[in-house]
Amino acid sequence: MPFEPVVLFFLLGLAAGILRSDLKIPGVLYESISLFLLLAIGLKGGVELAKHPVGELLGQAAIVVAVAALIPLAAFPVLRRLGGFARADAASIAAHYGSVSVVTFAVAAAWLAGRGEEAEGHLVVFLVLLEFPALVIGVLLARGGSREAPWGRILHEVLAGKSILLLVGGLLIGWAAGADGIRPLDRLFFDLFKGMLAFFLLEMGLVAAGRLGDLRRAGGFLLGFALLMPLAAGALGAATATVVGFSVGGAALLATLYASASYIAAPAAMRIAVPEANPALSIGAALGITFPFNLLLGIPAYHWLATQLHGVVR
Amino acid sequence: MSQTNPTHDAPPTRKLLTLVCEATLEPLLTHDLPALGAHGYTITDARGRGDHGERDGAWPAAANIRIEVICDEATARAIVAFVQQRYYANYGMVAWLSDVEVLRPAKF
Repeated sequence: MPFEPVVLFFLLGLAAGILRSDLKIPGVLYESISLFLLLAIGLKGGVELAKHPVGELLGQAAIVVAVAALIPLAAFPVLRRLGGFARADAASIAAHYGSVSVVTFAVAAAWLAGRGEEAEGHLVVFLVLLEFPALVIGVLLARGGSREAPWGRILHEVLAGKSILLLVGGLLIGWAAGADGIRPLDRLFFDLFKGMLAFFLLEMGLVAAGRLGDLRRAGGFLLGFALLMPLAAGALGAATATVVGFSVGGAALLATLYASASYIAAPAAMRIAVPEANPALSIGAALGITFPFNLLLGIPAYHWLATQLHGVVR
Repeated sequence: MSQTNPTHDAPPTRKLLTLVCEATLEPLLTHDLPALGAHGYTITDARGRGDHGERDGAWPAAANIRIEVICDEATARAIVAFVQQRYYANYGMVAWLSDVEVLRPAKF
């Protein structure tokens, strides 16, 4: 199978939504599973980080974060000038695409593991670091320097929000406890991980099905953007990772991070920070198109690209 | 009875302000309401359909809440005016007022 089998649960949810089945995942279960996934991903990254010199990471992190800032900065003028979107909408969509999707990352990691492709486990650090800068850039782009933004509230929303809190918390716990210290928790957090991911993807399929109508109203430009933007950003990610010296698996993962669009942290932050932006556009594109595209075609494509680039550099 | 306690003739009334809005607004409103003079509020999760389509609460971006505030009329009108000016343009929100009889008027 060219894609990770757990993606089939997303397709099942999508089909259930399109068929208007009475299948519903309770909101409480969604909250519980997302909490579990964030903590588990953080822990896994922390355990790997404990094996790695942190000093070496700082230089890599600076490059990876700086290059990633180009994604929202490039997306904004494309959406505004070519797409004709209002400033707030263009800025909000750019922020969604600049930020990252934790679940896309998890599926990519599972896909690589299923193929026996090694990847730097500490890449979770970049998952954390890439989540919020684009949101700040999005707010700046939306304001255009013309109006005071409620920065205190925005930064609190992003940095104290559950996704950063649990990822960073899990990372620190995993790092401090190390692989041996975490071992008693392995069965809960690592062995059950894929099953939980399957539930979450089933739910996201249902949610994505509900967003398809929004997209039909948004028009062809956004559809094209939602397919081409991840490819361009993924290529940038694969190139950056190769230059920084990541393995093929690591480059595929970073490319996936660059290519992914946030549909959990970004919608929450943008709704508060840029209220005039229409969330149907950004969530419809990020969740309705880019997320399934990355799961089905994007991840194998970024891996292929990473392999090619690795061959050129070595 | 009314001879021993004349207040029983006219039961104390207050306004019940009910807001149904996007769950995203919860942290903002819980900050606004006390500042506007509300002594307390009750929040419950809500689902439904309206101008913003189906709000089924399946995930945070599609979740609604219902906020109820019991207060005097002046406070209720001030809150309505405030949320109307601050949130109506960009967020899904409906608000209504009703008269309610309260048992412990000093609380509200």
